[in-house]
Parts: sequence; C-alpha cells; structure tokens
Amino acid sequence: MTGRSSSPGPQPIDHSGAARPGPMPAVIQVEGISKAYSVPVLSNVSLEVLAGEVHVLMGANGAGKSTLAAIIGGLNTADSGRILRHDRPLRARSRREAQSQGIVMVLQELNLIPTLSVAENLFLDCLPHSLGFVDRKTLHSRARRALARVGLDQLEVATPLGRLGIGQRQLVEIARALERKCELLILDEPTAALSVREVEILFANIRRLQALSVGILYITHRLDELPRIASRVSVLCDGRCVAEYAGGEVAHERLIRDMAGGVVERPSPSTARLAGPMLLSVEGISGGSRREALSLGVRAGEIVGLAGLVGAGRTELLRSIFGADRRQSGTVSVAGGPPIRPGSPRAAVAAGIGMLPEDRRHDGLLLSQSVRVNATLATLSRHSRHGWLDRRSERAAAEGICTRLDVRCAGIEQPVRRLSGGNQQKVVLGRWLDAGCRVLLCDEPTRGVDAAAKATIHARLRAFVADGGAVLLASGELSELRAVCDRVLVMAEGIFVAEFGGEWSDEEVTAAAFTRAFSAEGAGSDRLWEEGKQ
Amino acid sequence: MINKTRLSEWGGLVLVWLAIVALFGLLAEHFLSAATFTTLAGRLPALAVIAAGMTLVVVSGGIDLSVGSVMALCGAVLGLAVTQWKWPLLAAVPLAILTGAAAGLTNGLLTAGLRIPSFLVTLGLLEVCRGLSYAVSGSRTLFIGAGIEPLARPLPFLGVPATVPAALLVVVTAQILLSKTVFGRHLVAIGTNENAVRLAGIDTRRAKVTVFLLSGALAGVAAVFAVARLGSADPNAGTGLELAAIAAVVIGGTSLAGGTGSVIGSLLGVLVIATLEAGLAQLGASEPLKRMVTGGVIIAAVAADGLRRRLSADRD
Repeated sequence: MTGRSSSPGPQPIDHSGAARPGPMPAVIQVEGISKAYSVPVLSNVSLEVLAGEVHVLMGANGAGKSTLAAIIGGLNTADSGRILRHDRPLRARSRREAQSQGIVMVLQELNLIPTLSVAENLFLDCLPHSLGFVDRKTLHSRARRALARVGLDQLEVATPLGRLGIGQRQLVEIARALERKCELLILDEPTAALSVREVEILFANIRRLQALSVGILYITHRLDELPRIASRVSVLCDGRCVAEYAGGEVAHERLIRDMAGGVVERPSPSTARLAGPMLLSVEGISGGSRREALSLGVRAGEIVGLAGLVGAGRTELLRSIFGADRRQSGTVSVAGGPPIRPGSPRAAVAAGIGMLPEDRRHDGLLLSQSVRVNATLATLSRHSRHGWLDRRSERAAAEGICTRLDVRCAGIEQPVRRLSGGNQQKVVLGRWLDAGCRVLLCDEPTRGVDAAAKATIHARLRAFVADGGAVLLASGELSELRAVCDRVLVMAEGIFVAEFGGEWSDEEVTAAAFTRAFSAEGAGSDRLWEEGKQ
Repeated sequence: MINKTRLSEWGGLVLVWLAIVALFGLLAEHFLSAATFTTLAGRLPALAVIAAGMTLVVVSGGIDLSVGSVMALCGAVLGLAVTQWKWPLLAAVPLAILTGAAAGLTNGLLTAGLRIPSFLVTLGLLEVCRGLSYAVSGSRTLFIGAGIEPLARPLPFLGVPATVPAALLVVVTAQILLSKTVFGRHLVAIGTNENAVRLAGIDTRRAKVTVFLLSGALAGVAAVFAVARLGSADPNAGTGLELAAIAAVVIGGTSLAGGTGSVIGSLLGVLVIATLEAGLAQLGASEPLKRMVTGGVIIAAVAADGLRRRLSADRD
C-alpha cells in the first residue's frame, strides 16, 4: 500500500504551458478530419495534443468524440484530412498498428476477457514464455508491478477478471495500456464507471504520465473534472470543433451551451411537490448475499434517490425489486395491490413497474435491432391485434418516443447500436414511458450520457412524477441526486444507513456512506473495505 | 422483417441459383429437362418445411439438431398406424404430426425450463428419437404402398405433386409468422438479447417452447411428405438431414448467432443445395465428390455473406 499514490495532493498541474521550458512538441496533430456515414459525423476537425498535456474533448453524445478518438486510435478511418505524428503523416489501419506508433487507446467498452486471470489479461499479446509454456512466475510478478502502478496492489493477479467490478476492470485496462510504449494515451470516458477513490487513482496516474511527457486525449462528460486535469478543452458539436479553451477553468454554462449548440433543457426546479399516495411498497426484501431485510416506500410524485459507494447494494436492491434476480424473502406491491410474484420481471411490468438497467447494452437493448423494435419491445400487445403486429401503430409510437425524448437518430429504422449512449438511454426510457408504467426503477440512468441528454432525461423523469408516477433512482453522482430527487436514501453494505430529505450537503451523504463502510472494516467485503480506506 | 436489404438478399440468392442452373445446363446435356424438374419437386418439400422450422429456431438463438430423427420417428409412427393398426390416412397423418410436436415440445421444455443449451438438448433428442423410430418400426421399413402415394404424384395442371404447394404454403406461413406477428418479433428479440427481452417483461420461455414445438411438428409434416414420395416409412430416413437444413438456413442469410433471418431465404437455400446435388448427380459425379462440392459451396456462401455484411457495416 505504501507505494500507492493515494494522495493526489497539491501536485503542480501546468494549465497554461507557459511555465514549461519552451513549447512542448505536439505528439499528434489532426488536420481537417472529416468522416460521414449516412450523415456527416465529423466535418473538418483539427486539433493537436502536446506532449505532457491533457487535452479534454467534450461534446454531446453523438457529437463525434468517440469517432474522432477511434480514428486517431486506428479503429476507424477518416474520409478526408490527415493525422500527423512528429510532422509525418500517420497511417494506422488497426489498433495494433496505432499501438506500435505509441498511440494507446483505452476503449469505452472494455476489451478484456472475463474468464482469464487479471495477469493473463494484462499481457495477453505478450505472455512471457519459455519453450511455449507460459512462465507464470514472471507473468505474475510483472502483473503485480503493473497493477501497483494503478493502485490495485491489493488485487490477487490470478483472480479471474470476471470477478472484478467494472471500476476495477477499467483500471486493469488502463494498467494494460500503461505497460505499452505510450506517447499518446486516449481515454474515452474513463471515469464513467469509477468510484470516487478509483477516480483519484486515475488522476494521479494521469499526472504522472504528464510528467513523463505523455500526451493525453481525454473524453469526458463530467464538467467537474475539468479544473482538476484539463490543460486544454475542445468542444465538439455536431461533428465540428466549436470552441477551444486553454486551461480547465471554463464556466460550465458556457461549455454546456457550446455542446448543445444553443439551448439546454433544464429540469423544472423542485416546485411544490405534493407527495401522493404510496405507489411502490417494498417490505422486508432480502436476497443474494445481503443479510438484512430492507423496506421502503415511494409515493406518487416522488423521486427517491439511492446513494452509496460502488458495491453498496443499490443495483442489487433495484434488480431484486424488479424481479430480475431471485429474492429470498419480502414482498413488493404497487399502489396497495397484491404482492408481485418474486423473480418475474413480467409480473413486475404487469403491475406497472419499469426498469432502466445499469448496463443498458447488456440488459436493456437489442443492439442490432432498430430504434422502433427497441422502443416498442414492452408494448407489443398494444401495437398488435390478435397477435398480428400493427406496423402503423408501432411506427407512430416509436416516432412519438423519438420526438418527445429528442432521440437523435437517422430515423426509427436505424439500429440502436449506431446511437450514442445518451440516445440509447432515451430509447429505453421512452419504452417504459410509452408502456404506461407507474413506477420507474433507474439504475445510473445517465452514466456515460452527455450533459444535454442528461438534462432531457432528468426533465422527463420530473415530468413523469409530476403526472403521478414514482421513481427510485440509484446514482453515484451526488449532483444528479441533488438535481432530481426529493429525498435520498444512503446505502452501505447492503442496508440503508441514512435518509436525507429537503436540504442536504454532499459531505453529509458521503460521510454517511463512508461511516458505515469504516465501521464494517474487518467484517465487510474486501471491496467496501478498500472503498472505506479512501 | 422484410425490407430492402432482405429483398436484395433474396434477389442475390435467386441469381446464384439461376447461375447454378445455367452452369449445369451447359455442362450436362439433359439437365434442363422435365426429369430433373420432377426429381427436384419430389425432394424439395421435406427439406423445405424442415428448414422453415429450423429458421425460426435459429432466429430465436437456438438450434434443433433432432429434426432428422424426429422425422424418421414420425414416419415410423405413420407407417405403424397405417400398416398395423389399419388407421385411415386422415387419422394417421395428424398422429404423425402430433408425434413431431410432442418431440418438439420436449426439446422446448428442456431448453427453456432447465436452461440447457438447445444444442445439447436436441443432440440428446436426436439419439432418443432415432432409437424410438427403430423401436416403433421394429427396425424394418414399413411399406404403406398405394394408399399414400397420390400425395406424391404430379397434380394434373401444375405438373408437381401436392407436396410442393403444401411446402410453399408452410414456408410462406412461417415467413409471415416471423415478420408480421408478435410471436415472430419475440423470436427475433430473444435471438438478439434474451436477457433484455426478459427484463422488458416478456415471457421468453413461452416463445422458446413454442418455436421448438413448431420445429418438431414441421419435422412431422416432412415425414408425411417423405413417406408419400417413397410409399414406405424407413427408420433410417433423415440421417444427416439436420445438417442439410442448417446449411440451407445459413445459405439463406439467417445468422447462426440469432436475431436475424428469413424463411424465404432458407427456401432459396434449399433450392440451391438440392439443385446442386441434382446437377452433380447428372454429371455423374461420384458420391465423395458430390459431398465435397456441396461442402465447398456452403462455406463459399457463408463467406460471401460475411463479406457482404462487413462491407455494409462499414458503409452505415
């Protein structure tokens, strides 16, 4: 633990570049890149990343950030324009070729193999071997060193990767990237799935790489990260670079306006909220590894937030209420109705519950299918007669969803795979709103979603409860809970440890989440224990 | 779903088929003759209905390896009912189809209920049903004779036996089922991401059981067609038929990964395979050569399909 850079501390960050001895050379220059699928995704984008700087790329989902990153990282090719590396045109036709040029990309969708060990994943393309046999001893010692570098020195290198949480996997992916020769590191929303502590470790790593003159292209949606790491901020909007700012101290309103290309929808501030009758009642639920039973109620017109650290049991609670996982005891009912059959999402949906799952790609969407098919999946009975699909009604419903939720797509027949994260999430949300459900369970509804889409989703959730719905929303972002929730329940170690209504401060909630984890030290799971150390 | 892509896929297959016909027409003197046509018309129906059921199963993300054996079992039951129990055909044919449905139901319940991969369940049923068909028939070919043959005799005006329009009806119905009904949509959705479908509040098990039941019942229909053509029930019938059906389904553009496919495409796949076999036979190709060429064509078709998909994925 000693070598870990858990104290990000007041290390000097050079925002301006002025204090450096002379101008740093560019590690990469992008000149006039354009790319179009059926519609232009990037139009004449130019930017550069200097050695030792963190160049942050912001933009709404669908603005072209990931496409640009993919082109630089060798995963995609541009229609026109060029990329210069040390003043020479770069031609990387694959991620591997880019890597051999010192360009390392950490993908948004993790590129690891769950059944192999952490160590094997780290060195998959260069396993140490002798006579064709894997040299496990060398492998493990190298893996331990690589993991220590990203603060995962507590992790057993022989653990199958599949047992790790998403945050730890991300760090493993970064550790793997750092093992390679690296002059330009591309990070695509690296903090989207990380806990507070993991983010600190990541930032500390970024600063160390900066000191080694590595240039970093950093894509994020989180405005609060800018002052902490950005040397420069570029904003993409509809495939064009619309603004560039030196340093990370840019007014949030301004960035949001740049990204939205104009107006931003704001959630109506908490106006007179009349809590209606109890809509969702959960009594004595327990299941999985949780030992204690949980009860809670959500009234009509109310959004209740679930706060807590990664692994606090928020996802498990939501899934067990919905019946996605079996539960051992307890009852769930809607509007005082009969208890819903446990372990059956179908029964939950029939009772009027909908869920936005944490992992929308795996649990929510049919990626290769069209927006229309995804949007109407839960409501086919309404868009059919005696089992025959009514195309017109189905199309109308899908188009209605796209309009109401401002889903940016090339039409309802476009596969959802082609949509950005925010627009994908809007499709899932639209599905449930269209299904006429009364209770929505939202698990990290805006993870990996840009600021404008996030505002739309929040506004729709507020409108949903204003119409008499009830929402239970788990989020790791306190700002999100503050923006939309009427009260917040804090979870730790699988139970509720505190409840806040009305006014609350970030410190209070964080303290509650961590206090429990501290007191659970020794008895708690390793993961929580680690979280608590921060 | 029928859209432009699908139509161009079907068009492509028709072109491939016409090319094969033209090629054999040039190479073999008597290929473009009524005799070839009749042979094809006799052989196609059984494989076409089996491929139709297989398509639905594959679209839903499963596979049914038991169809060949189930067909033999249904044929044996049909033969037994007619020869031993002296049942009229009107009762024996439905019994054969019900037997197939029962085997399919077993496949479905085991797959959906116990969550065993359908590959393994149907591999098991492949053996079980083959055994049953030997047991039922006493390992002998049961001669039915004139009673059932009219079904396989060419109809006066069409020039093809009644089994051909019947098979076409099955194929068209299955295609409509797939693209126009809620059940079909559920199959496509389950084949794409079963987990997400379950979490959308849909009973995935019902659709899965139903699709295997259909596949089994269609194997029963195929048994009736096959028995009619030969006038007898052979307990060894349909050996390896599941592989021919899967090949046709894949050539027809259905993804083995599930989530996309068409029954009409599979019919065209059946046409391609059967024509190829008939043509090679006319050229006097030996059995080993026939099999190698057929295998090569399957791989080429799938490779071409993969290439086309990748190109179109690059484009949009």
